[in-house]
Amino acid sequence: MEGKKTALYEEHLSLKGKMVNYAGWLLPVQYEGLIPEHNAVRETAGIFDVSHMGTILVKGKDARPYLDYIMTNDISNQRQNQVLYTFMCNPDGGVVDDLLVYKYNDEKFLLVVNAANLEKDYRWLEDHRANYQVYLEDKSPETSILALQGPKAEEILQKLIDIDLKELKFFNFRDGVKIDKIEAMVSRTGYTGEDGFEIFTNNEDVVKLWRKLLEVGSHYGLKPAGLGSRDTLRFEAALPLYGNELSEDISPLEAGLKFFVKLKKESNFIGKDRLIDQWEKGLDRVLVGFELLERGIPREGYEVYKEDKKIGHVTTGYMSPTLNKSIGNALIQADQAELGKEIQVKIRNRMVKAKIIDKNFLKNR
Amino acid sequence: MSVLKDLYYTKDHEWLRVEGDEAYIGITDFAQEQLGDIVYVELPEVDDEFDKDEAFSAVESVKAASDIYMPVDGVILEVNEELVDAPELLNTDPYENWIVKIEIRDKSQLDELLTSAEYEDYLAEEV
Repeated sequence: MEGKKTALYEEHLSLKGKMVNYAGWLLPVQYEGLIPEHNAVRETAGIFDVSHMGTILVKGKDARPYLDYIMTNDISNQRQNQVLYTFMCNPDGGVVDDLLVYKYNDEKFLLVVNAANLEKDYRWLEDHRANYQVYLEDKSPETSILALQGPKAEEILQKLIDIDLKELKFFNFRDGVKIDKIEAMVSRTGYTGEDGFEIFTNNEDVVKLWRKLLEVGSHYGLKPAGLGSRDTLRFEAALPLYGNELSEDISPLEAGLKFFVKLKKESNFIGKDRLIDQWEKGLDRVLVGFELLERGIPREGYEVYKEDKKIGHVTTGYMSPTLNKSIGNALIQADQAELGKEIQVKIRNRMVKAKIIDKNFLKNR
Repeated sequence: MSVLKDLYYTKDHEWLRVEGDEAYIGITDFAQEQLGDIVYVELPEVDDEFDKDEAFSAVESVKAASDIYMPVDGVILEVNEELVDAPELLNTDPYENWIVKIEIRDKSQLDELLTSAEYEDYLAEEV
């Protein structure tokens, strides 16, 4: 199979990872199995190689106002060592990418972006530099990233790290830390709906770190986990996936993520006018959660109906491993999106009844 | 990876066990392993008619749905209701746990299917 290899490629093979090409990278979709890996993250802990994620360093005198102009979230009020979830939007209010912004100081930020969007994002950032005094550096080729996720993640990492993790709050990070003598940057972030950490280090040390974490974690039920469970976990926790819930044609407001779009922030940002307009006029489409009332599994792309009228499509759907129910997200006409209402999902020419429910499946379980 | 003798096979990884004018159809060991943990099986109705190569069932893992195709023209005589509540049986023993029993319309179509030896060769090329 063709594709780029992360520094952990050989580790995945030796752990019998079932390799797939994802966004140009060869990564394991699962090792032992999607369901046990999913359950490990919910119940104990799982560790993911997420080195495919793009990392872009933004430095310079104007880094802060520049990013405030590019991003929908309020970068000007971001604290040092804080991580912000945000969007970069196009002038129509569609999403160029969703990403995390790590603030070192007013003149240094790290952006963590979707692997599939890295080149596009980099170009977008270059093209909108205007007169801002900033420079960009793609750090992706030399950066490896591990995601240690689950209720036991803190206990496992605490065995090896030289800082008190109790003091590292959700969506904050620390750089220059040592994990079993390996230099790293660690943030209390993740994509699973569980507590956990993302660890950034260099390609040379990551194999040693991965092995050490698995060794220490084995006493706590830690399992290596693949892309398959990463998707089911994020979906249950109502975390969007670019390409499914978000795209150049879907605005973050439609996706129900207005909290990360600061329409009232002082500075202008790309897409601001259109997003304000969209919000004031009312949305045409919105993202909802639903649960099937009959047998079947909803999948991405399936059509959604109200009686005989097509009202939208499924963005993600699964037989949820945690809830053991067939649930999904769908982008549908806003006037049909009332909670509790019945809709139909077309599964292989069969109309299957579904009910609109809160999409934060995990919180409401 | 097991391939049983005395069964017919398709390149889509279905097997067919002929008993007179009737046949049981299921998915192969290779297919269940590729799919991973099976969590749902969609079954046709008894008396439904299908042409060769038409999808008559779908087997789904957490990750994906796979259509299952008719190896030959046929009418559904029986569906394996056990799979409704225990779809994982297809993982446990894919040859014991058939999906449907059919009446074969045209037995000459059996000649177009793969023998176990041919299927083994086909897997060797595929993998």
